[in-house]
Amino acid sequence: MYLRGKVSAKDWGDMYLQENHDIFVEKWGDFMKKNSQKIVKWILIGISVLFFLLMLVLPLLEVIVRALADGLQSYQAALTAENTLSALKVTLIATVIAVAVNTVFGLVASWLVTKFDFRGKNVLSALIDIPFSISPVIAGLAYIMTFGRSGWAKPVIDGINEALGTDIALVFSVPAVVLATIFVTFPFISREIIPVLYTQGREEEEAAAMMGASGFTIFRKITFPHIRWGLLYGMILCAARAFGEFGAVYAVSKARGKTFTLPLEIDALYMAGSADSITQAFAVSSLLVGMALIMLILKNIVEYRGKRNDR
Amino acid sequence: MKRKNSMFKRTALTMAAACLVVSVVGCGGKKEDGVLTFTNVSYDPTREFYAAYNELFAEHYKEETGKEIELVQSHGGSGSQARSVIEGNDADVVTLALAHDITSIEKAGLIGEGWLAEFDKNSSPYTSTIVFLVRSGNEKDIHDWEDLIKDGVEIITPDPKSSGGACWNFLAAWQYAKTQFADDEIAMKDFLAKLYNNVLVMDSGARGATTTFVENGQGDVLIAWENEALLALEEYPEQYELITPSISILAEPSVAIVDENAEKNGTEEIAKDYLDYLYTEDAQRLAGKHYYRPSDEAILKEFSDTFDLSVNLCTIDDFGGWDQAYQDFFADDAIFDEIYRK
Amino acid sequence: MKRAQIKKRKSIIPGFGLSMGITVAMLSLLILIPLASVLAYSFRLSGAEFAELMMRPNVVQAFVTSIGCALAAAVLNCIFGTILAWVLVRYEFPGKRLMDGMIELPFALPTAVAGITLTKMYSDTGAIGRAFEKLGIEIAYTRTGIIIAMVFIGIPFVVRAIQPVLEKLPATYEEAAGMLGASRLTIFWKVIFPEIRPALLTGFGLALARGIGEYGSVIYISGNSEKNGTQVVSYVIMQKLNSGNVDYEGAAAIALVLLILSFVMLFAINFIQHIASRRTNV
Repeated sequence: MYLRGKVSAKDWGDMYLQENHDIFVEKWGDFMKKNSQKIVKWILIGISVLFFLLMLVLPLLEVIVRALADGLQSYQAALTAENTLSALKVTLIATVIAVAVNTVFGLVASWLVTKFDFRGKNVLSALIDIPFSISPVIAGLAYIMTFGRSGWAKPVIDGINEALGTDIALVFSVPAVVLATIFVTFPFISREIIPVLYTQGREEEEAAAMMGASGFTIFRKITFPHIRWGLLYGMILCAARAFGEFGAVYAVSKARGKTFTLPLEIDALYMAGSADSITQAFAVSSLLVGMALIMLILKNIVEYRGKRNDR
Repeated sequence: MKRKNSMFKRTALTMAAACLVVSVVGCGGKKEDGVLTFTNVSYDPTREFYAAYNELFAEHYKEETGKEIELVQSHGGSGSQARSVIEGNDADVVTLALAHDITSIEKAGLIGEGWLAEFDKNSSPYTSTIVFLVRSGNEKDIHDWEDLIKDGVEIITPDPKSSGGACWNFLAAWQYAKTQFADDEIAMKDFLAKLYNNVLVMDSGARGATTTFVENGQGDVLIAWENEALLALEEYPEQYELITPSISILAEPSVAIVDENAEKNGTEEIAKDYLDYLYTEDAQRLAGKHYYRPSDEAILKEFSDTFDLSVNLCTIDDFGGWDQAYQDFFADDAIFDEIYRK
Repeated sequence: MKRAQIKKRKSIIPGFGLSMGITVAMLSLLILIPLASVLAYSFRLSGAEFAELMMRPNVVQAFVTSIGCALAAAVLNCIFGTILAWVLVRYEFPGKRLMDGMIELPFALPTAVAGITLTKMYSDTGAIGRAFEKLGIEIAYTRTGIIIAMVFIGIPFVVRAIQPVLEKLPATYEEAAGMLGASRLTIFWKVIFPEIRPALLTGFGLALARGIGEYGSVIYISGNSEKNGTQVVSYVIMQKLNSGNVDYEGAAAIALVLLILSFVMLFAINFIQHIASRRTNV
């Protein structure tokens, strides 16, 4: 871009050598002014690319390279191992239920927060966001202290079990994994919908209500079309976060091959300490990374289509 | 007022509905598939051993009863594993690193008193000890505990305040200092302060420390369980050397039936059989192959090539038992904090 | 008459009771009740014990480390996040869509995998760590390493907060300012920055809160040394739980302080935002 200016490098040099300093400064100033936009642009892009490479791409590459370190065959073996498949199953169960529960919650809560005025609304919306700012360590601890053997809610659960003749355990079981996953992804969907509904306002709904439409009809016919894309976007983010959760799930899931999710299986493989199992750990990681990338691609498609539909 | 009332009703109704949803979600996971499942909650380094042992036992079980059994393994730091059982992890048996961890389950009322005498050799089917792992060539010339306090030696050992295993490393070093300095407590503390001053990375658990040393190439010497060190030698041939110090500590990992769970699950007999079977010759040899010292002396001798049997081993009793040792050394502001903050 | 008034004020859209019921029930069952247990456990300590625990050097240091590193990481994230968002919104260049799509990777990558991979890369035997070691900078097993991990997990919060605001901000805005002779820096500070400030604050707050509580990605790279001040608060909580003598009350008490801290910070940021938005509106 230096040469793209009307003055060549040689001219600059000559100018400088001739000690024609004033002219040099003036011309240089012109040049900078004319091209400053471009210079700044490429500096900023450069910084972004560098940051992006160092922080995001390299770790990703590292995972993939190490996953394939022992060849495709062992890669495949790692992915089809019994424990991996079981972990995949638990991960999918937890993700699907978490997304479903959080979708219900997200829809209802955002409807409540944006369509009504009531006392304590600010507190309520702050409370919804709690799981965002909570250490996963605390989330796991909280469930253990509530539903664990010495937790205070244990007799309640025992009572329910006895009454219904069931054998539900809310810690160290698949339901526990589901609960922990719900906890950490709780606000993901409501957060995406609330801003959309705020900008939409409530006139349309009010008009419909005045015409006597039922709540559900109003929601389905008027509100839902506005939030469709936001909802989908939130669901995808929620799913992506759900299958990656480690800390909270780790606290309530201890049986490998039974209640382990993929991140726990990766940890177990990595900690198994042999060179083979570390490669296997990265192989399973690459599976998760692949799932994450699929989610991100889906998210981009949704975002793109959503934008197009909005305009 | 009326409106408020109906609103309350609705609120209550929906709360009930939500409860139901949650409980239905709860039912989703717990399904029995006909085959009996049996859970052994163990600690980190026993993964490979129990994976092999479970195969052996499943075979034996099928021979005896003609039935299949699904054996579930659970591994992690010994202390946190014990905690998970206390918190409701449905373990039929526990096979943990320290008798103390089982005692804490006993105190929670899950294991009956007198479990220590329930199986042979203090309910310890195998033992282990603390050794050093150094990089091939042993450049820093490390042969015994005193070499660890030399300038420039970088040590990898886990944090005793978060890992039960790491406490043994500390106690072994303490025992060495005790013999070396003839009970002079100031000199002993000084020795350990120097030693822990050389610690480069303090991981949260034993496996993490091994990974830091082996995978990430940190430090000159790893203070490790003998079985971990021997496993690293096998996994990474010619890259490491094992150094047995003159004095070390005998660790007796203990096993016990978790009575309350086994009773509930109807697995008492299997649990007893599972742990008894650990003492058979086959199982003892398997333990030896996985670098645990078999408690059967005859079989231990078969492995005299693997284990250095001449090392002078003290036991936890020399420290007045585990509870005493924990209070003296690792509680807040006890000796470990004192020397580490020097 | 009176009822009608109340009704009107309460909005005529139906479904208030139902949605309130579901929201409150789910929020309580899934989030608030479990968290209340943490509170209950920590109240088993007497005031004096609580104070003593909080004044312990390792606890104080852990809070200093967590807050300090999270602050540093959040500031770095604001700088790089603004640049990234700006580049993604305003410029066209090859690979832009890929970059845009991968910003959320840290959300989706399991924290343990991230932690393990970052440690490997930034330790002195890793690709990046080796380069920095030649410059005499150690990254893994120092506070720098903790900051790197926190930058990694926090970056999407900032980028995704600023991006939509920048998209709505028309480029003509700056062009006009530029034509009036304002320098680029002036344009940024006077025109763009006030616009993105609320979003930046939100991103900052979320990245900060996430960083302070982070566990999975930090414990591998930090080295967890009390002496080097690389123990984070989450680690100390786990230490209390995993030690030979389990200390639930202590763990719950530290967790409680951590919780309160995150809240205070989020509320403070909301408050600042509130004031800022009022000022610009008037």
